Amino acid sequence: MTPLFNDLVNGIWKENPIFRLVLGMCSTLAITTQAKNAIGMGLAVTFVLVCSNLLISALRNIIPDKVRLACFIVVVATFVTIVDLVMAGFFFELHKAMGIFIPLIVVNCIILGRAEAFASKNPILNSLMDGVGMGIGYTLALLTVGCIRELLGNGSIFGLSLLGPRYIPFLLAILPPGAFIALGLLLGLMNKVNKKFAF
Amino acid sequence: MQKILLMIISTVLVNNFVLAKFLGICPFLGVSRKTETAVGMGLSVIFVVTLSTALTWLVQTLVLDRFNIQYMQTIVFILVIAGLVQFVEMVLQKTSPGLHQALGIYLPLITTNCVVLGVAVLAVQNEYTFTESLVYSLGASIGFALALVLFAGLRERLSLADIPESLEGTAIALVTTGLLALAFMGFTGLVK
Repeated sequence: MTPLFNDLVNGIWKENPIFRLVLGMCSTLAITTQAKNAIGMGLAVTFVLVCSNLLISALRNIIPDKVRLACFIVVVATFVTIVDLVMAGFFFELHKAMGIFIPLIVVNCIILGRAEAFASKNPILNSLMDGVGMGIGYTLALLTVGCIRELLGNGSIFGLSLLGPRYIPFLLAILPPGAFIALGLLLGLMNKVNKKFAF
Repeated sequence: MQKILLMIISTVLVNNFVLAKFLGICPFLGVSRKTETAVGMGLSVIFVVTLSTALTWLVQTLVLDRFNIQYMQTIVFILVIAGLVQFVEMVLQKTSPGLHQALGIYLPLITTNCVVLGVAVLAVQNEYTFTESLVYSLGASIGFALALVLFAGLRERLSLADIPESLEGTAIALVTTGLLALAFMGFTGLVK
């Protein structure tokens, strides 16, 4: 496995931002009431992550160390603003569903964390791979939680009713407490699987 | 007066920013292992959130709205917050080293806290007046601090319990938070 491929796959399982690094919790819990919103958020974050990783890696030798964090924040904020405006223009329903969590992508620990830990110290192509991998891992994690919560709380996935009309929805799953509990149990499951297979 | 009281009850209990609005989870999970550190973090958050909401509200009204550049909101707000935190840290270091020591590492950590940016953006989105924004941010941060201290107490108890191995750490913390959120849902009828 070439190092580039390693960087890509790293973010999907071994260092999955949500299940292993436990970053970016806020958006995970808030957005995953529907699988559709989960994909939207995942793609938005992946876009910002990839773009900011690229730019920060390209500028890593020019940014002075003292104003490092401020520079990263400005770069990320710019891309978030772009995503915000594009979504408001072309995907209005999704924009409304995600609400305040679009501007909050700026302070998403994943993006700043990867910028600080990886992009500022590695060449452009590696940072690109890392951004894509982390983004895919994040989107997959969001999708998993979103599908589970939507299935339990609404009897559907992506709006397709799967459990039939006789299913009484488990309302808690789409309410805040359900989000916490679902994510906690899923994390426990991931820990167990990881221990058994020792990836 | 009644409106202010209603707003405080709403932000602290009914729409608690951590347990109902999902803001500030990362520090919530990270800092809540001991009650003392939780109290320290809570106080820092109250301080920073209230100050930054006041400042960002002023920036929105005097700069962003006047020059019609609302799309710059995200960038400007986060820069203001980052600058404010840096400034506060410097001032505290000079004027009150004791307090600076107590708040310690939490101050720079708060810049990337969802709560700060979240409250600032929400206060402007809901089109509150300056006083309302102040009350809103105060309530929101007190709610965060309350949830944090409660959770720290719970976690101290948890560390003595017999937990299945896979669930140890963040997993059981999240499940416990869920139960705490469930308890807070009982406040829903307080504000109509």
